Amino acid sequence: MLITQLKPKDAIVSLVGGKTFIINCQGCKEVCFPEKEAAEIQKELVANGNVTGIITTDYICDPENMRLRLQKHKDKIEDADMVLVFSCGVGVQTVAEYFEDKKVCTGCDTYPLPGFQGVTPLTYDCNQCGECYLNYTGGICPITACSKSLVNGQCGGSKNGKCEVDNDMECGWERIYRRLEKIGRLDMLSCPTQVRNFATDEE
Amino acid sequence: MNITDLFQRGEFVVSAEVGPPKGFHIDHLLEEAKTYLNTITAINVTDNQSSVMRLGSLAMCKALKDEGLTPIFQLTCRDRNRIALQSDLLSAAMFGIENLLLLTGDHTRMGDHPQSKPVFDLDSVSLIHAVKKLETGEDLGGSKLIGEPPKFAKGAVVSPCSDSVDAQLAKMERKVKAGADYFQTQAVYEPEKFIKFMEKAKQFGKPVQLGIVIPKSVGMAKFMNDNVAGIHVPQEMIEELKKDKEKTKAGITGVEIAARIIKECKPYCQGVHIMALGWESKVPNLLAQAEI
Repeated sequence: MLITQLKPKDAIVSLVGGKTFIINCQGCKEVCFPEKEAAEIQKELVANGNVTGIITTDYICDPENMRLRLQKHKDKIEDADMVLVFSCGVGVQTVAEYFEDKKVCTGCDTYPLPGFQGVTPLTYDCNQCGECYLNYTGGICPITACSKSLVNGQCGGSKNGKCEVDNDMECGWERIYRRLEKIGRLDMLSCPTQVRNFATDEE
Repeated sequence: MNITDLFQRGEFVVSAEVGPPKGFHIDHLLEEAKTYLNTITAINVTDNQSSVMRLGSLAMCKALKDEGLTPIFQLTCRDRNRIALQSDLLSAAMFGIENLLLLTGDHTRMGDHPQSKPVFDLDSVSLIHAVKKLETGEDLGGSKLIGEPPKFAKGAVVSPCSDSVDAQLAKMERKVKAGADYFQTQAVYEPEKFIKFMEKAKQFGKPVQLGIVIPKSVGMAKFMNDNVAGIHVPQEMIEELKKDKEKTKAGITGVEIAARIIKECKPYCQGVHIMALGWESKVPNLLAQAEI
């Protein structure tokens, strides 16, 4: 079972720059989602006048399902500068891959709980690290896409774009770099030095 | 001797590298270092290089220091968590070791203990941050150190001939922001790429030492091209190594090539770092040929 918890309010507010489309995913019964708190903060964002639309849907981790759900809101999404997702880490990564030219951010951190992990089709991995980095990395998870789970950029080990550990695996940080370049957010790479907090695993 | 002082004085800083053995007998290594590396500024000691278990970097640094040489303590994040890393940094300070080279480290899968757990609790950037914090008298956990805090020359690495050089520059900037004082580069065989890189890197205002690996053979050049990240030995250099087998075997061709690269790059960098990989005896001749 997973727990998705809202990031601190200041962090979410500071993410929102320009017009925003919001996606809530409340599909899994196995995921504990902070519905009330999410609604509250979204009300505030709407009051600030920058939200082009909000949808609440399920199983956005399934790319096909997500595409169908989002099609109906195409105009509102196109109108937005960024998409803010309230879901587990898998959902955020699926949305980020879909909108490859748009900034996609997450309002949540995902923690693990012992027990059944649900039936999400895991095209994208989420290690439930409890301090979601997707907002710094253009929606590609450095914990799962990098063999060393580095959070401050690539190591010197990639050769021809492939990871030193696995020749079949693309260097996660080179993917992140290309993505940030594409969405015009290379400035994210000059974020403060990240030091991981492994204590979140215990919660 | 803190090597940042030398950079500040405008000296061209020369360092070489010593790899501790798999074992604890270091007499011949010390002898070699004293014979061939006694005129250069500092000696890097690698930290279980290529993820192969060896004698510890810190102990070897101490042994070199006792011989009157200046060690650079290489420290990777592969084998130690933040408690062990900071503890070893304090140990280094106690031994009077002032120079560091801080790296992420190869993955455990690359070495001779592929079953072991890779740590990577910190990485090269957060390790620099941790050292910087220790220098303010506080550890990463926020506790105060007792007494005068340590002071280090905080070195880092960068790969100027990497196929993703812009990403390398972005990472270099992160290291500078975290507190890196100087850089050593991956081995360079393409001076034009290095010079282009330096034109962009000079904005950070940090000294950069050109990385040199003396090419020993055609096989080694090809191996590096196929397997070592950030290294590309151009075909004409491989042809040069092919031309006279005896000359190449004697190391003459390799030293000529390396000296040429150093001469070409020298106006654009602040020092050179020579990874001789067992050819330490050729370092004095290389430096002479490169006119350093």
